[in-house]
Amino acid sequence: MMDNLSLDIQIGSLHLKNPVMPASGAFGFEMESILDFNELGALVPKSITKYPRGGNDTPRVCEVTGGMINSIGIQSKGLPYYLEHIIPQYQKYDVPLIASISADSIEEFTEMSEIIGANPAVSAIELNISCPNLEGNGKAFGMDGDLSFELIQKVKSVTDQPLIAKLTPNVTSIQEIALACEEAGADGLNVANTILGMAIDIHTRKPKIGNVMGGISGPAIKPIIVRLIHQVRNVTTLPIIGCGGIMNSDDAIEMILAGASSVQIGTANFINPLTMIEVLEGIKEYMRRYEISDINNLVGKVNLPSSTSTLY
Amino acid sequence: MKTYQLEILSNIQVSERYWHMTLNSENIEEPIVPGQFFNIKCGEDELPFLRRPFSIYRINQEEKTIEFLYLVKGAGTVNLTKFKADDQLDVLGPLGIGFRLEEDWDSILLLARGVGIATLAALAQEAAAKNVKCVAILSARSNNDLLAAETLQGFGATVIKVTEEEGTSGVENVQRLVEELIVEHGVKAAFTCGSMRLSRLLQKITFKENIPAQIALEEHMGCAMGVCYACVCNIRESHGIKSVRVCIEGPVFDLEKVVLT
Repeated sequence: MMDNLSLDIQIGSLHLKNPVMPASGAFGFEMESILDFNELGALVPKSITKYPRGGNDTPRVCEVTGGMINSIGIQSKGLPYYLEHIIPQYQKYDVPLIASISADSIEEFTEMSEIIGANPAVSAIELNISCPNLEGNGKAFGMDGDLSFELIQKVKSVTDQPLIAKLTPNVTSIQEIALACEEAGADGLNVANTILGMAIDIHTRKPKIGNVMGGISGPAIKPIIVRLIHQVRNVTTLPIIGCGGIMNSDDAIEMILAGASSVQIGTANFINPLTMIEVLEGIKEYMRRYEISDINNLVGKVNLPSSTSTLY
Repeated sequence: MKTYQLEILSNIQVSERYWHMTLNSENIEEPIVPGQFFNIKCGEDELPFLRRPFSIYRINQEEKTIEFLYLVKGAGTVNLTKFKADDQLDVLGPLGIGFRLEEDWDSILLLARGVGIATLAALAQEAAAKNVKCVAILSARSNNDLLAAETLQGFGATVIKVTEEEGTSGVENVQRLVEELIVEHGVKAAFTCGSMRLSRLLQKITFKENIPAQIALEEHMGCAMGVCYACVCNIRESHGIKSVRVCIEGPVFDLEKVVLT
């Protein structure tokens, strides 16, 4: 029986006592009564925008096989409210707070990062360069390597906070974007945001989402995320946060073996608000069973066939 | 709010489209208020993937049971019918803000349609316990869908049924009924659920008559805990329109404030 498991992981200068945290947009202070936040590796409140945003038309979610599509539209009360009311709520917890930022321009990302980065209650910044729901036919900064590079470089110049780039899976080559983020100075990569999708009600012939398209999340997308983590791991040594479709600890371990050192859990919280705690327990159990004393020794330890021809 | 594994005491079909479920609620320590709801896990499979919100039909304090009356409509409710007595059901709740009954409201009017009748039945139950006189107009496609009428009558409510089947559920007829009943029963407050058309009508009448009214809204939900912002509606405040979350700031709102679409 192993008693001294080390679950500590590092993302740049950000230290996490364990690798399990919520995904932005699927977690909030409202869950305080049901979940012990102190058990988590980090806290990630919903993405914040500079100005208040009303969000998209309803319906904003619809169910699909093994998951859901959402297009919330980053409903937000704006940056001043966030600094004054949202961040202080989490200060009583002895867990690092990762602020997720969404913006419409590089200038706005930079300006917000400088302000949020200067807040002592914030331990890292996650740049949501991938939200597929903002204007521009689902396009995002994270679909363009040059734009991603410029964005992260500019943000890096105004704050010393560890920077995590949340990548979009809706690209031809996620490796190109991952490398651009690394070269620009990102400390970690979140792989990934939701996968752009669409569903139609065949009886009304209307899209099931008010905004027509939305991001698919849930177990349906997990194999895609595992593949993306594997691909990103092949080109960079940056810490990867695996995100997309984790329902239990087996899913989390799969992502760790593919190359993620930590995981985020979103949609599963809606089905079982205690998923994160159960995932953490399951990871520990797995480590004991296979006598892994340090979680970092599991990262990327997938046994690949020796003759793999890498077409990716 | 908490997740509970509750014992199913019964789960039976009560009409062509409706089912009725009774759960043992003795493990729930929090108070449960009419108008609140539970987010229920309707199966272990990939579909239904999300939980489904169900408003509470009856709250039986002494027996320590809660009841749901549900319309079998989609993947979630179809799957819910497969559960049997003695099975465990995974429920998250109680959720949301329920109806408010003020001390001096000695006579109330309920206007409900379809599955919204189940939501208002719990309020009729509380009204009965508080000796509040209750008159209810229940609207549905057919008499078959109005089984809950007997439940409301059992609580001492005066029930008027209107249906498409009998050609009595048109807005004009309901408007006449509401206006007459307000006078006849000295109605101090009104409550509605289940129909946008009827809600707009009640909003108009209660505004004109200066009678306080509340509405229980229904919306597609993601988390039902207030974190995902899927189930929003617009509320009219003194300084403008405000977007609120139905699951946590509602589902019950003052009718005059709700922007009905």
